[in-house]
Amino acid sequence: MSALTFTLKQRPDQRVDMSPLVCQALENLEPVEIAAIKLHCGKRKVRVDELFIVSGFDTKQILIKNSFAKLDYIGKDLDGGTIHVEGDVGAYCGMGMKSGAIKIHGNAGIYAGCEMKKGQLEISGNVGDFLGGALAGNKMGMKGGLILVKGNAGDRVGDHLRRGTILIEGSTGDYCGSRMIAGTIAVMGNTGKFLGHSMRRGTLLLWNSPKLSASFNDCGSHTLAFLPMLFKSFATLNSHFAEAASAFNRVQRYAGDMSETGRGEILVKIET
Amino acid sequence: MIINGVTIDATFAEAFPMKGTRAIITAQNEKWAMIAAQAMTGFATSVIACGCEAGIERVLTPDETPDGRPGVAIMIFAMGGKGLAKQLETRAGQCVLTSPTSALFAGIDGGIRIPLGKNLRYFGDGFQTSKVISGKRYWRIPVMDGEFLAEATTGQVDAIGGGNFLVLAQSQPQALAACEAAIEEMKKIPNVIMPFPGGVVRSGSKVGSKYKNLGASTNDAFCPTLKGSTKKTDLSPDVESVMEIVIDGLTKEDIDKAMRVGIQAVCDLGAENGITRISAGNYGGKLGPFHFHLQEIMA
Repeated sequence: MSALTFTLKQRPDQRVDMSPLVCQALENLEPVEIAAIKLHCGKRKVRVDELFIVSGFDTKQILIKNSFAKLDYIGKDLDGGTIHVEGDVGAYCGMGMKSGAIKIHGNAGIYAGCEMKKGQLEISGNVGDFLGGALAGNKMGMKGGLILVKGNAGDRVGDHLRRGTILIEGSTGDYCGSRMIAGTIAVMGNTGKFLGHSMRRGTLLLWNSPKLSASFNDCGSHTLAFLPMLFKSFATLNSHFAEAASAFNRVQRYAGDMSETGRGEILVKIET
Repeated sequence: MIINGVTIDATFAEAFPMKGTRAIITAQNEKWAMIAAQAMTGFATSVIACGCEAGIERVLTPDETPDGRPGVAIMIFAMGGKGLAKQLETRAGQCVLTSPTSALFAGIDGGIRIPLGKNLRYFGDGFQTSKVISGKRYWRIPVMDGEFLAEATTGQVDAIGGGNFLVLAQSQPQALAACEAAIEEMKKIPNVIMPFPGGVVRSGSKVGSKYKNLGASTNDAFCPTLKGSTKKTDLSPDVESVMEIVIDGLTKEDIDKAMRVGIQAVCDLGAENGITRISAGNYGGKLGPFHFHLQEIMA
């Protein structure tokens, strides 16, 4: 059965709330019913078929074509199935997703994967601020699952991260891992200022030496047994993280943030 | 039934239900993985007084272990789940946590989850951290040689304990040589352990004793020095030594297989090496629901 495909006819001026178009919500709906779903577009409500050409039947596989940066909430609360997006996406992509997979073949806006619980979010381009973070005022960000970004990420990656893994092949902005509660963030590129600001627990795994705040203490160089297992768990990803050459187990360990509980860690690869 | 001059008695080994689990111990090299494994499975020959029966199942190559280091798979069996969990935890804490460079992982994915490193983490005094990798939780406990890595839980499954056979020989060295040959072959069978020293027990027991506070006592029917003094001896005049191999395993099929290769190895030595009979310990079918009939196994 072919994937249920939404091809954008033309770019609307206003932002579009795509949250109704998730696999579990479209299950058992006839094509005409899907076409008649109303989406918020600015202050208006518009029918799906007014914005998209709808084709295909398989509601477990959704394909969004001609996407652009004003399509928000793609895959919000997704609970099973896959969503592929060709083009950029707006804010809140994969927000609160419970299971399944989202693949973005383009860039993503702010709050991608925020407060997601499980599943996998893959972004081939760059991503905005608050990747895997918590919504403003909320105390817990991503609680599980995996986010893979092949480009760069903005500020506040993993803000209030509670659990789960964020992998970034590129670089991040400032405050990466800020207020982290637990979980893992791995960055192959560079990191900005105020790394791990107020982090309580969790691991920031870095390939390049960061600029550290005074509230992180050097714990020396170590060979850590869990690292090979962590890298092994990435083996099935379509990513540089899956390459054997990317794996290492020898790191410089910094503990912090000492202005918080200080049980978090920044692990920096040591070239051997 | 006679194989290579060795009589296979028309009797059966009687086994009983147990709870079992497997853990994988890894270390910097095989030597230290084995040291930790030997410590963890020490003083665990019989549930009669040890609280559990434990043994080394086999050595694992680095590509068979979760962390890619040399390892050893050990198995522990106990009469109940609670006892098993207690034994596992105390042994892991005293013997593996303490052993240099060691790490500890689950050896059974299914079954009822019982704590492995879950409670050992408190040794970290608040400095311990956990990592969830591929859906499994691991505890990283800071220790003086670095970090002790332990999977939070392992699986407890229904198992069988007390499979056995007796090797009757014309001399003690011949009985031991036959048992050694049997153990060598039985070690190759997965999912079983032979918990006694070197896999062999020379002091097989019967249920009960003339002394009220003892639940088990020497199996006088198979003691060669009592041939003339016990009420009922099972030994012919030419038998001078009897040794037993006890097998615990995850399933009846596993124990069947281990008994078959073990008995075959003994029979391969045959009558010319002083082996006269193969028998088995049973209690008239009153003790355990699992019966391993020797002649059926060797058929």
